[in-house]
Amino acid sequence: MDYFFTEEQEMIRDLCRQIAEERIKPVRAELDEKEQFPSEIMKALAQADLFQIIIPEEYGGLGGGCLENCIAVEELSRACCGVSTSYAASFLGAYPILLYGSEEQKQEYLPLIGSGDEYCAFALTESASGSDAGSIATEAKKDGDEYVLNGSKQWITNGGEAGIYTVVAITDRSKGPRGASAFIVRDGDPGFSVGKKETKLGIRASATAELIFNDCRIPASRLLGREGLGFVVAMRTFDKSRPGVGAQAVGVAAGSLDEAAAFARTRKQFGKPIITFQAVAHMLADMATEIEAARALVYATARYIDSGAKDFSKVSAMAKVFPSDVAMRATTNAVQILGGHGYMRDYPVEKMMRDAKILQIYEGTNQIQRNVIGQELNKEYGRKK
Amino acid sequence: MGVIIDKELCTGCGQCVDACPFEALELIDDQARVNDACTLCGACADECPEEAITVPEVERAADERTASAKGVWVYAEQRGGEMPEVVAELLGQGRRLADELGVELGAVLLGAGLDGLCGELFALGADVVYAADDARLELFNDDLYCEVLARLIAEHQPEILLAGATSLGRSLIPRVATAASTGLTADCTGLAIDPDKRLLLQTRPAFGGNIMATIVCPSARPQMATVRPRVMKRGERVEGREGRLVPLELKPEDQAATEVMEVVRAIDDQVNLVGAEVVVTGGRGLGKAEGFDLVREMAAALGGVVGATRGAVDAEWIGHAHQVGQTGRTVAPKLYVALGVSGAVQHLVGMQGSDTIVAINNDPNAPIFDVAHYGIVGDLFEVAPAMLARLKQLRGQA
Amino acid sequence: MKIAVCIKQVPDTANVKLDPETHTLKREGVESIINPFDLFALEAALRIKEQAGGEIVAVSMGPPQAEEVLKEAIGYGVDECLLLSDRAFAGADTWATTAALAAGIQSLGDVDLVVCGKQAVDGDTAQVGPGIARRLGLPHVAFVKGFREVAEGRLVLERQMDDGFDVVALPLPGLITVVREVGEPRPPSLKGKMRAKKYQAPVMGAAELGLTPEQVGLAGSYTQVVKVFAPSASGDRRMLEGTPEETGAQVIDALVDNQVIMLGS
Repeated sequence: MDYFFTEEQEMIRDLCRQIAEERIKPVRAELDEKEQFPSEIMKALAQADLFQIIIPEEYGGLGGGCLENCIAVEELSRACCGVSTSYAASFLGAYPILLYGSEEQKQEYLPLIGSGDEYCAFALTESASGSDAGSIATEAKKDGDEYVLNGSKQWITNGGEAGIYTVVAITDRSKGPRGASAFIVRDGDPGFSVGKKETKLGIRASATAELIFNDCRIPASRLLGREGLGFVVAMRTFDKSRPGVGAQAVGVAAGSLDEAAAFARTRKQFGKPIITFQAVAHMLADMATEIEAARALVYATARYIDSGAKDFSKVSAMAKVFPSDVAMRATTNAVQILGGHGYMRDYPVEKMMRDAKILQIYEGTNQIQRNVIGQELNKEYGRKK
Repeated sequence: MGVIIDKELCTGCGQCVDACPFEALELIDDQARVNDACTLCGACADECPEEAITVPEVERAADERTASAKGVWVYAEQRGGEMPEVVAELLGQGRRLADELGVELGAVLLGAGLDGLCGELFALGADVVYAADDARLELFNDDLYCEVLARLIAEHQPEILLAGATSLGRSLIPRVATAASTGLTADCTGLAIDPDKRLLLQTRPAFGGNIMATIVCPSARPQMATVRPRVMKRGERVEGREGRLVPLELKPEDQAATEVMEVVRAIDDQVNLVGAEVVVTGGRGLGKAEGFDLVREMAAALGGVVGATRGAVDAEWIGHAHQVGQTGRTVAPKLYVALGVSGAVQHLVGMQGSDTIVAINNDPNAPIFDVAHYGIVGDLFEVAPAMLARLKQLRGQA
Repeated sequence: MKIAVCIKQVPDTANVKLDPETHTLKREGVESIINPFDLFALEAALRIKEQAGGEIVAVSMGPPQAEEVLKEAIGYGVDECLLLSDRAFAGADTWATTAALAAGIQSLGDVDLVVCGKQAVDGDTAQVGPGIARRLGLPHVAFVKGFREVAEGRLVLERQMDDGFDVVALPLPGLITVVREVGEPRPPSLKGKMRAKKYQAPVMGAAELGLTPEQVGLAGSYTQVVKVFAPSASGDRRMLEGTPEETGAQVIDALVDNQVIMLGS
């Protein structure tokens, strides 16, 4: 289907497709097997200016929006969701600076992120604080010209690989959710360290680690926005980034359809290619239909966000929940169509199925997304009465 | 610039368009037209049933050297006092060419401390050895080697100069041809003399090895060619055969611009494809990198080494050092086993000199079967294990 | 450092197939690409520029449509391009090609380093790099596989040889040809591709280069192609038939009978 991309958007798609084919596909199984961060690929993405996509032109970037980001992420995910997670997580960490950073902070950090010289990470989740983000325990106390951070963050994507972390911590516990603030922490800051590196079911090419703050001192100028904005920063960031998770899902699902359709055309049973059997053809038909619907939703949402709309929490949640459910179904069915082959690591679909699962979980579980959508519906229909 | 097409005679049949290897002809308004890609190779003229195509004579005026130049020369490459096998092959071929032309065979030797090598060159068939023995030539450098060789050529004016298409030869000889203002044909696989014109007919693979081209250098001397190793037959070695030694002194101001700081011998990580008696090669038909396990097993069972096609190397299933073919190594083992190799011409030129070729492929139309002595159409993952089993069985009995 | 990189537009020979009937090349759908070895030359030049600073100019000789590969080079990050294009250049052998390329490089002014791929996949001669070097009076190192030192006025290089490699110091200005071991070519960049869209390469013909028609193209070539033909296939071939077990055993038996395989140790 033609989504009427601009020339620039087509360029992003073609370049990402080229990198996916030439650089990612040949090594994705090995990266998955070894749980290895894709340093070489990330360097190539940086050389290709792909970290510049959402960075504004005045900071040396390309000034693209949510749609450009989605196009890139979808193509990379089609080859490997672990790689695309490492890539997209850098933007997740960059959004707080982009949205709430002061001019000085933008000047300092955006060029570093855009050039790919430093990767970025966003740190909200803690061991006792997942969906209930209000219960975070990490504290930041002001001490003269500095903030002192104590606590730990869990399951942070790009943990240990990033040079720039945006971290949400409590500055005033008495204010509840309004007592959280967001900070920029640099790798190498005193009292900051990276803890355990996790082993995972999928997206094993991405690094997931614990961050430890032990009297971690940072200049007060690293505060993003003002004190108390922490949750607003987090929620606005997720609103922007969720369609990107949807784009990952479209990519993974499309990748699994590529594999399943090609296999079904060449695999013969009972003397005929299995794609000629209705049971298989219908599975492929449903996969293709759902993927196209998911893609259309992601692109439409991204365009809506890029139009400058303010009220996009609901569609943003929809553009995450639907594609990720589609991806889980599509990859599971791809394994089914490949049968025994699909279950083996010789073929990429079992990896895609493992990778797809996280898309229903991270950046707000699909249950939380449905809560968001439900609350929005309640508001909308309350207004209408 | 291109062939001349007689519009009266051309019927627009299009046979010339099909015959052109360079896509230089097209049919426009039912007439053949020639474009800039034409190299005047004449393939169309041979094909045209109406004899409507003529190849214009675009020869440079022959310079005075073409009449006076005499003798066949071989550049006797050496590194650290060792000459590669190709030198003997060049002398074998050079001897045949020189005898046909009725001239002397010369060998050119550059280096330092060359005493032992001159006798060897005589034994291998050289009538004359031109030797520049100087400390400044101890380690190979293109610029000084080039000037010395060009000086020798200018002084003695050979009509033919052959060199090995080795790394050294392919670096040095193009520079020498430019210095000597003459033509050079790279990587020849066939050399012959046109007796009427006393021209060297130089045949080499072109277009990634998809076609063969015969090339001449009519208007300048020497006619220069680099020759693929292991293609020509080496000459008979006659111990004690003698010849004339012509030493060359370097000038005091001769100095290399480049400086060789270190020579690292590292053949270990290279695959000794070229010298192997048995080569077992895997192609795209293996499906994936792990397919090479079977190739390795077969190679081990037959006491051979592992080769690979360009396709398999490009897919990064195995390293480039294993590549056989136009852009890899040329091999001519006693036994060549091709597993899942379709036989692109670029591959065939690198192995068709093998004594016995066995090919297994599931495509009965694969071109590899055109050169195979034993062809098996089937699944290599079934046939190859059956071969291994039979071999094991026979060895058990033997 | 001012670096000139020579690139060539070639047919994608890896995908060229021979028509078994007519023995001619089947070229339907064969695309024109940057000579793959020239991508390594571009990568080498970009890495040297990263270390030493300066400017990269890509130079190509070819028909007007060769501008495409130069635009691609802009996408990879070269600063400027020069297209050498003239009907008189057609049919050039390496002698005539190096005449045009050397003149083109000379027109750029003070070039410190010329980088070429080791050979072009359509010709496979590997002659153009060393030929240009000699014409420009520059020292050269061919088949460079690695860089030990990049300094003002000097490069220390690893030169691939058949029996290993040499470490060679090349004074600048100089010329190198590179092999794939110099490093995997980077992808093109978005900014580069955007610039390439608008970029128009300057074009020079024989006259602008100060060359006469007799010095270039077919007329300026020493070598001539007198015949082209399909590679011959050798004779006596046997197709073995039967189950995999049967054919596998048959071929081993035949090889043993003909003493190609020895059973004894």
